[in-house]
Amino acid sequence: MTDYTLAELCIVAASEAFAGDGEVLATGIGVIPRLAASLAMKTSNTDLMMTDSEAFMLAEPNPLGKRAADFQQANESWMGFSRIFDNLWSGKRHAMLGPTQIDRFGQTNTSALGGSYEQPKVMMLGARGFPGNSISHPNSFFVPDHNARVFLQGECDFVSSVGYNPERLPKGHSLDDIDIRRVISNLCVMDFGGPDHQIRLLSLHPGVTVEQVQENTGYPVFVPDAVPVTAAPTEEQLAIIAALDPHNQRAYQIRDNPPGDPSRVAG
Amino acid sequence: MDKRMTAPEAVARIEDGMTVGIGGWGPRRKPMALVREILRSGAKDLTVVSYGGADVGMLCAAGRVKKLVFAFVSLDFIPLEPYFRQVRQSGSIEVMEIDEGMMLLGLRAAAWGVPFIPTEVGLGTDVVTRNPALKVIDSPYDDKEWVAMPALNLDVALIHVDRADARGVCQIAGPDHYMDDWFARAATTTIVSCDELVDTAYFSDPAEARMVFWERAATQAVVEIAGGAHPSSCSPLYGFDIPHYKAYAATAKEGGIDAYLEQFLGDDEQDYQRRVGGLDAIRAIELPVY
Repeated sequence: MTDYTLAELCIVAASEAFAGDGEVLATGIGVIPRLAASLAMKTSNTDLMMTDSEAFMLAEPNPLGKRAADFQQANESWMGFSRIFDNLWSGKRHAMLGPTQIDRFGQTNTSALGGSYEQPKVMMLGARGFPGNSISHPNSFFVPDHNARVFLQGECDFVSSVGYNPERLPKGHSLDDIDIRRVISNLCVMDFGGPDHQIRLLSLHPGVTVEQVQENTGYPVFVPDAVPVTAAPTEEQLAIIAALDPHNQRAYQIRDNPPGDPSRVAG
Repeated sequence: MDKRMTAPEAVARIEDGMTVGIGGWGPRRKPMALVREILRSGAKDLTVVSYGGADVGMLCAAGRVKKLVFAFVSLDFIPLEPYFRQVRQSGSIEVMEIDEGMMLLGLRAAAWGVPFIPTEVGLGTDVVTRNPALKVIDSPYDDKEWVAMPALNLDVALIHVDRADARGVCQIAGPDHYMDDWFARAATTTIVSCDELVDTAYFSDPAEARMVFWERAATQAVVEIAGGAHPSSCSPLYGFDIPHYKAYAATAKEGGIDAYLEQFLGDDEQDYQRRVGGLDAIRAIELPVY
């Protein structure tokens, strides 16, 4: 067995979210989600579509960061930002993003924290494309620092994306229309497959306990009878990740870049 | 028809209280020279519609914005636009916060002359609850409710392009024209700055004509300003100026927008470019890698 980092474990766990998607546009925003989508496209779901984060669709994912001067990306079509919407409103997309808050309904916040809406304490990006993504196609989330401020006790300060909240359910819609797939954090993998769309623990990263997850989540997590340990990356997966991320940007995504399996660290 | 004019002449068309759409995206191909001309002139109480970057940050910080219609304001590599944050956190501007795609629909509605376009985007989120003016309506065809995204009618659109001719044929040679075609069509007056003014014959080559995304009738003013997108990018001509954006962001912590403008704005674009190292330096900025 090889050593691997927690970031690499998360990339592999997150790539699983795209495995059964079929032919959809995979959008991973941020280093770990992008590597996860790229890994899936190279392995578990070769039908995925991807952009170069600018305006072209790629037949092969681009490596991250500065590339050799003679590098030629594998364009297959044009996909400017306006066309992103034509595609995403059709539902043929799965996005993985990193919101600042995720509440018990799976609603997320990317916009503002605290204070009032007119005068927030901390202004962030804005709603971005989250409203449209959340009502149009499946979404997953990556959280590099699992704590009770991200997974907050109450409702999000600003609801950027729709979740399983009966109070906010639009007329003529059912909660089952909403499709939140996986939540991958530095502690575990979860989904909203518990009773009444409660957040549910799917696997624990090596060395992490159920109690640790619950303590760091501001609302009850549904824990099935058997919770496996998140699968370790294979040699093949690690090699693909290394090739996709030659500048090792993944080492800077989770604080202190810890090992994936603490028990394997000498000392 | 010759639509050429100077930046001061073009920007003089912007009156207090007008709604101004700004093309580009974050730090990419923003009509920054025209924005700077607003900062040099007097227009205020503006409603600004933008996929925002420093265009929004500067105008807000300088007190020219009454209301902002936005989905995000970001400098990309500096995710949070510092001056935008300040004005939001001081509660000093009105906002209409919507989804990126809703903005596109609002511009299309304005371009097509319809009062709204129905969409499910925004349902179930605070985009609907925080915008009392945004109506949710029943459909005549099904039992669902829909957001009626209103037309974002623009008095003026500001856009930067790679090339234009005197009649307003505009070419965007970079990988993406973003929503600029819709900004142009949604506006009564579209003011375009171009890096290069060309003869109409330039567009005879079909490969060049393919990179023209709206009709010249949608362009009312053409201003030749090489390097006019700086500090944003105008791919493939130049990338965005990371050190300049960092210096800009630093003034938000110390000195404020007045310090930034004092150091860089200058009396006109020539003066500005001299202060940022000249056109050759702008044209030498590497393109970003995503």
